[in-house]
Amino acid sequence: MSPFVSPFVSPLSPSQPLLHAPRASRANVGNRRRTLMTFIIAALLLVAIVVTGRLLTAPSSFEVGGLPIATATDFTAKNLEPGLSHPFGTDWMGRDMLARTLAGLSTSVLVGLFAAGASALLALILGTVAALGGRRADALITWLIDLMLGIPHIVLLILISFAIGKGFWGVAIGVALTHWPSLTRVIRAEILQCRESVFVAQARKLGAGPFTIARKHLFPHVFPQFLVGLVLLFPHAILHEASITFLGFGLPPEQPAIGIILSESMTYLSAGFWWLALFPGIALIATVLLFDRAGSNLRRLIDPHRSQE
Amino acid sequence: MRFFAGQLFKFIMLMVAVSMVSFALVSLSPTDPVQMNVGQVAYLNMSEAKRAQLAEYWGVNTPLWERYAHWASAALHGDLGTSLRYNAPVVQVIATRFVNSAALMSVAWLTSGIFGLLLGILAAVRRGGWLDRAVKAYCFLLASVPTFWLALLVLIVFSVWLGIFPLGFSVPIGVAPADVTLADTLHHLMLPALTLSVVGVANIALHTREKTIDVLESDYVRFARTRGESTATIIWRHGLRNLALPALTLQFASISEIFGGSVLVEQVFSYPGLGQAAVTAGLGGDAALLVGIALISAATVFGGNLIANLLYRLIDPRMRPASRRPALNLMRRKTGASHE
Repeated sequence: MSPFVSPFVSPLSPSQPLLHAPRASRANVGNRRRTLMTFIIAALLLVAIVVTGRLLTAPSSFEVGGLPIATATDFTAKNLEPGLSHPFGTDWMGRDMLARTLAGLSTSVLVGLFAAGASALLALILGTVAALGGRRADALITWLIDLMLGIPHIVLLILISFAIGKGFWGVAIGVALTHWPSLTRVIRAEILQCRESVFVAQARKLGAGPFTIARKHLFPHVFPQFLVGLVLLFPHAILHEASITFLGFGLPPEQPAIGIILSESMTYLSAGFWWLALFPGIALIATVLLFDRAGSNLRRLIDPHRSQE
Repeated sequence: MRFFAGQLFKFIMLMVAVSMVSFALVSLSPTDPVQMNVGQVAYLNMSEAKRAQLAEYWGVNTPLWERYAHWASAALHGDLGTSLRYNAPVVQVIATRFVNSAALMSVAWLTSGIFGLLLGILAAVRRGGWLDRAVKAYCFLLASVPTFWLALLVLIVFSVWLGIFPLGFSVPIGVAPADVTLADTLHHLMLPALTLSVVGVANIALHTREKTIDVLESDYVRFARTRGESTATIIWRHGLRNLALPALTLQFASISEIFGGSVLVEQVFSYPGLGQAAVTAGLGGDAALLVGIALISAATVFGGNLIANLLYRLIDPRMRPASRRPALNLMRRKTGASHE
């Protein structure tokens, strides 16, 4: 991916005034190398979070008293305020909050990866069927989308978690089943627009079969949208995982998860243990922002319509 | 009239679909209805015959569609079953809790709408300035902040540190329901409503900002400027008409999100609303109440969308059938400039 400037986009488009190029846009326009670097850094940071979190919960490494560091208790050091030895403080069982937070984040990211991936796949299939499967299928899927959007996400998540049971799969399936509608709409619209376009009509006139058109025209057109939609689904998936776990439906209490940490911190709020809630929350927000950064930079890289933003 | 008939049909279809889906989901649950209803201890001390009898009573062996048919026919007569956790008819539980939730949501809905509109307009007018950047950063950040975490922070700051607001519930503890004053209720409502509004502002502010920029770049605003109108007058005369409508529609359409947020906020503030009831029902295996809440939440969201549609027709003459449109030249004289 060399940062070349496409010869078809002149750096000075006629709509921009020649002399007064606005400062804000000059810094961002056309700098694909920086966009790529931001994307890579965000992605690497996320991988680092997952790996560290996994290492901290792995039974073999970083052992403290026979337990992995994220779950090791030390009652001589309980309820400590944030300091040098425990940057995020410790909880009422003397567990290090930084380790717990990292472990929880890695779980959240993994749930998010699975749920967003499954959800995006579902969206791809349903969107394609809606666009190409005839009027009946289209009406059915559009109605299904409206139905899903008609119930608040959280209520639906509670229902699904009630049906499947709590734990990793309950949350992951719940989040996967509730997040497909918006991406399905996008994909359906993209395919419909592409199918009506002049170049597809031309290809058909030239004798290209449906599979050739799908492979050479539809797929390259829809794939960037799909990929970006997938990455931008992660933040939502992670936030909903945390929310539903916070309410008590998601991951079990013995598993380190951000939702669990924050719901436990509620018990200690009136005692003034503010660090139990503050730092894990900020870490969660940082993770979500990282995903968002990665997604929007990826979009700038692979979606020609957005490359100049 | 045709519009209403269509909407009514849509509503009935939605209710049927939601009830079927939620009924099926609730029935899929791995929890044993007999064990759930009589409790662990009673279940263990029960004879096998009694268990079988109760299983028959709760319809363990009846097929799903038959149970649904029973439930649906009762539901049509206004009976949604009995709530296990609250030991009262589901309709009654939902009614009392809905009042609480509606108070919370409408306050949050109004404040977030008004502040969102104001912030959006201000940001657009001062486009590129520090105010604009602050508003954008705020909205961007808020999109990534979990609602329940914000509620926790608000609770830490205002209730634990400053101590100016109560830690939870909708009325003071230890006060008879008859003695609760309006001031008490408002005092308890303030923090949850504040949290919900702070989250709700982001969406509408960003949307209004985009729209305002569009308006400010239009030809009719340029014309108004050449005539010497100030920015404030331009926003008042030409901006608000074009901005209020999409903002209002967006705000009514966002009821689903406010509802979702209220579930989380109610849980943090121990506020006795629908959301808290949903959580209690879900954790306590209260299937009947859960189905009831799914229905009422879907109905609320539908109501919001319907109002948005109606408002659109009421305010925007272009959306009305041609015969009932006011004469065009009348519109022009009123606004001073064409809006097309």
